[in-house]
Amino acid sequence: MSAVFTSIPARAAPLRMLGARPWIRTRLFPDWTNGAATVLIAALLAWFLPQLLDWALFNAVFSNDNAACRAVAHDAARPGACWGVITEKYRVILFGRFPHADHWRPLLASLILVLMLVASCRPRCWRRWLAPAWIAAFAAFFLLMRGGVAGLTYVETARWGGLPLTLLLATLGIAAAFPIAVLAALGRLSPLPAVRAACIGYIELVRGVPLISVLFMASFMFPLFLPPGMTPDVLLRVLAGITLFAAAYLAEVVRGGLQAIPVGQIEAAKSLGLGYWQTQRRIALPQALRHVVPAIMNSFISTFKDTSLVTVVSLYELTGALGLALRGDTDWRPFYFEAYLFIAIIYWTGCYAMSSYSHWVERRLAVSNQTTGNAR
Amino acid sequence: MSDAADQPIIQFDKVNKWYGQFHALRDIDLSVARGERIVICGPSGSGKSTLIRCVNWLEEHQQGRLIVDGVELSDDPKAIEAARRTVGMVFQQFNLFPHLSVLENLTLAPTWVNKLPLNEARERAMAQLERVRIADQAHKYPLQLSGGQQQRVAIARALCLTPKIMLLDEPTSALDPEMIKEVLDVMIELAGQGITMLCVTHEMGFARSIADRIVFMDQGQIVEQNAPGEFFANPANERTREFLSKILNH
Ligand SMILES: Nc1ncnc2c1ncn2[C@@H]1O[C@H](COP(=O)(O)OP(=O)(O)OP(=O)(O)O)[C@@H](O)[C@H]1O
Ligand SMILES: [Mg+2]
Repeated sequence: MSAVFTSIPARAAPLRMLGARPWIRTRLFPDWTNGAATVLIAALLAWFLPQLLDWALFNAVFSNDNAACRAVAHDAARPGACWGVITEKYRVILFGRFPHADHWRPLLASLILVLMLVASCRPRCWRRWLAPAWIAAFAAFFLLMRGGVAGLTYVETARWGGLPLTLLLATLGIAAAFPIAVLAALGRLSPLPAVRAACIGYIELVRGVPLISVLFMASFMFPLFLPPGMTPDVLLRVLAGITLFAAAYLAEVVRGGLQAIPVGQIEAAKSLGLGYWQTQRRIALPQALRHVVPAIMNSFISTFKDTSLVTVVSLYELTGALGLALRGDTDWRPFYFEAYLFIAIIYWTGCYAMSSYSHWVERRLAVSNQTTGNAR
Repeated sequence: MSDAADQPIIQFDKVNKWYGQFHALRDIDLSVARGERIVICGPSGSGKSTLIRCVNWLEEHQQGRLIVDGVELSDDPKAIEAARRTVGMVFQQFNLFPHLSVLENLTLAPTWVNKLPLNEARERAMAQLERVRIADQAHKYPLQLSGGQQQRVAIARALCLTPKIMLLDEPTSALDPEMIKEVLDVMIELAGQGITMLCVTHEMGFARSIADRIVFMDQGQIVEQNAPGEFFANPANERTREFLSKILNH
């Protein structure tokens, strides 16, 4: 028996189920265990959300009225948040010990950095002028903060604080750590034993100690080895500490990416006559960094949050400035919690932006890389 | 004819290579004339890849002398760079750069190694893509191409540096049967252009039609070498006969 061949014309794919009903059934109640989980979570939200809203909004005090704040805080039946502490203290929390009359300077400086960060995330800004723009931005930042020129009063770095300090430590720390990390990762994989040993030594030494002790060493021990008067500014020393610390972790991330590259890629580059640096720059690093975008962003987020540790060496970034604002004030001291929530929201906003950006980069690379799908 | 043209372009002189304690190449003597097309065959693990990878120093030999286009390969980086500029290589697994488009794969080395202006490198790349009949895919990424197309791009990429010697290590072994022919056609065309070719392959039909000489290797040694007619008709060595009977009778 010979079957007759008939060619089948292409048909449209079946329509997806649309509308709320199928969505609820398939997503929320596909079977009884998932249904039970849905009900349980809904019940928890129903119980918890009203209380949260009462506390945070309906019973809360927003004006800087200390008596009212104390009243709602002690009202066991209808507890409320005291956002008044932020109304009262936000300038100290945001700008630390910077002279009060000149708060526009740290505000402007912070805005410059935030604008540069936002601009740098956009591919249309990835041009040659971006690097000089960043240098100009940092110069403007230091000029505004430090003063001493153009009629601005001089403010020593020890009095810088709050948000601009956090932003400065994070951006400059990350920007400086990245190239160091790439070099350390390449060095760790280098065929030259001396280079390899030096890089392993640096990475393992730094990864073996907590950041706090690195900061202590940078700020208290380091000056002991230098002649007095030669010691660099404490801010610079702390920045160097954060940079070297972040770079050691980042180096291991980059190394992971480099090691995932098939050896054939390197052999092909060599066979085309590319030298070591050209091979790394054109072939190895572009592929390695693509593979580890999420881990790199993880490192960046850690560094951003780690800046809060510089308080231990008397630099009052956001967290430190908060302590500064409340520690000595018996009236407002009871409302630490609300104040901490305030800076938690600032940190969270930064971290969430970074993590969303990393997802976006991943998706973009997946599209432009076209590694999936055989388009024949 | 000048003196240089009479000199062999590749000269192996008692070359030995070990991987750790494993003796992978044993007293290799081989001289390749300019424009000669050599096919290397032999059982798996016999050292074919190792032999041709020595020519552009992807593997370094430990004893003996290896001279490529008048330059003795030693661990002098200048000598190696010089050798790599005259030698193009095609790999079994293609090894195209997946993050670069086909065109960028081809222009990379000319712009960064030979410092050619970009538009000149592009022209040269397009000419090579025409040659391997794949110019319409120039702006795709390697992983969007079929295996046969990828291997043809890899051949074009090697040719963009206008090498004097082409090394091909089992260029068709990773391909589906229906794609082997399109790559072999390109290789046959290439062989007709007078470029020196060292090709590891088990495509005996290809070997018979284009090779000037077939080199048979076993256990790190060259067992015998001969013109294809003689090699297939009267293999001198027992091992060669065994190998040929395995590879031709199925
Ligand atoms: N990097 C290496 N380290 C250790 N041993 C190796 C290495 N590369 C190859 N060898 C060994 O050297 C021998 C020759 O290898 P080679 O790759 O040259 O063989 P081949 O003739 O190309 O084989 P095939 O046909 O399977 O490709 C093999 O026994 C292999 O196991
Ligand atoms: Mg091989």
